[in-house]
Amino acid sequence: MSWITNFFSSSIGRKVIMSLTGLFLITFLIVHLIGNLQLIAGDGGEAFNQYAYFMTTNPLIKFVSIGLYTMILLHALLGFVIYFKNKSAKGGKPTARNKADVKWASKNMALLGTLILFFLIVHMGDFWFKMKFTDTIPLVTYDGWEPIKNLYQQVTITFDNPLFVVSYVFSMVVLGFHLWHGFGSGFQTLGLNHSKYNGIIDGIGKFLAVVLPIGYAIIPLYYYFVMR
Amino acid sequence: MKWNRILDISFSRTPSIYINMKLTLKVWRQKNSKAKGELESYQVEASEHMSFLEMMDVLNEQLIVEKKSPIAFDHDCREGICGSCSMTINGSPHGPQTGTTTCQLHMRKFKDGDTIVVEPWRSGVFPVVRDLTVDRSAFDRIIQSGGYISVNTGQAPDGNAIPIEKDLASNAFDAAACIGCGACVAACPNGSAMLFTAAKVSHLNQLPQGEVEKTRRTASMVAQMDKEGFGMCSNVGACEAECPKEISIEHIARMNRDYVASIFGGRKS
Repeated sequence: MSWITNFFSSSIGRKVIMSLTGLFLITFLIVHLIGNLQLIAGDGGEAFNQYAYFMTTNPLIKFVSIGLYTMILLHALLGFVIYFKNKSAKGGKPTARNKADVKWASKNMALLGTLILFFLIVHMGDFWFKMKFTDTIPLVTYDGWEPIKNLYQQVTITFDNPLFVVSYVFSMVVLGFHLWHGFGSGFQTLGLNHSKYNGIIDGIGKFLAVVLPIGYAIIPLYYYFVMR
Repeated sequence: MKWNRILDISFSRTPSIYINMKLTLKVWRQKNSKAKGELESYQVEASEHMSFLEMMDVLNEQLIVEKKSPIAFDHDCREGICGSCSMTINGSPHGPQTGTTTCQLHMRKFKDGDTIVVEPWRSGVFPVVRDLTVDRSAFDRIIQSGGYISVNTGQAPDGNAIPIEKDLASNAFDAAACIGCGACVAACPNGSAMLFTAAKVSHLNQLPQGEVEKTRRTASMVAQMDKEGFGMCSNVGACEAECPKEISIEHIARMNRDYVASIFGGRKS
């Protein structure tokens, strides 16, 4: 079985894992955004709370979420490994700055990723942890339902604080830059590079890098400026 | 006007009439791989028609006259095909002109009065031998691990015996244009040698003569590249931008494909 360990410890193997986990996390971002946009549906949180209940109790979703946590950890840990290995491979930095025409995001993926990880810890502490492991979230009852946790109300409380709103919006800008490089880079690492479809990959990547962060940022902004 | 100017007697090989640039050079001086290097400033007079290396020659002659140690730098063919010259000029490997080696870079790309910073290739895997000369033998070991095709010796085969489609031949030739200078490693913020290795792998793997050893070649060249301690590619694209032969990172994608195929197919071990 040494070929498996060889693959995971090789440079290209590590990058392939990085790209597969990254692309999976992008699909999660799309699903998560669609679910969260129910927060601004204007129904007092009924649809969102019922969706949140489903997402935390359905066994299939529970199973998939274990995969998701693994992907996040793998992507982050491997990212740190790659960063430090590359730093030592580079040795001393040049005295004069290289002005090659490359994307700023491409050279700063580790910094952007670290900021996103920091955001994730705060974000999961705010909602995921409180929803799953505490009883601080008040209950709400809808017609034909047992009382369920009112996560919607928790969102209102969090986004009442301008500090949270600013840090959420900032983190989404960071996410945008991370995706600006990440999506296309993932395909290149997997060897999917051809003049026939490079333009399409690039276009989709840039579209997602703009639309996903804007979609997410709308939520705290809407709560702070419109709903209050 | 100085007397030597009037009589056109020059201390350098360049007739003084052509001298039209005064430059400040900040050059990396380092005694050996263990010594701590630093930038040292020099004044040099040059002509816009000189190549960058000729300007360095003038500076070295000046240093010799002053009984100082000349600057060590690699050079050989001086026509852009050998891959010897290796200077990072103002942060760019091979200087500001794209698709050009240092020897083919001319001083007309600079302005009179410019300050130019000249450094060796920066990479943990290329130790500085002296000044601007670095040890690039890691590349030789990557080539030795698979950058060849195995054929029986004998008479040269007929050039047209194996038909190869034009597009394929052109693409393989684009990769084969790699002169192994190491600018990709110097340009990469990760110190990765993926463009070099990919160019060699892609050149041979695409052609029928090289395809037979494709799996083993890709696996062993990547393994050697990792063993040397080069960084991991994060698709920044600085290598492609600085490569004097303008080799595309599409070759890296091809090597990635061939590598994954070599791991999940290939021999059982």
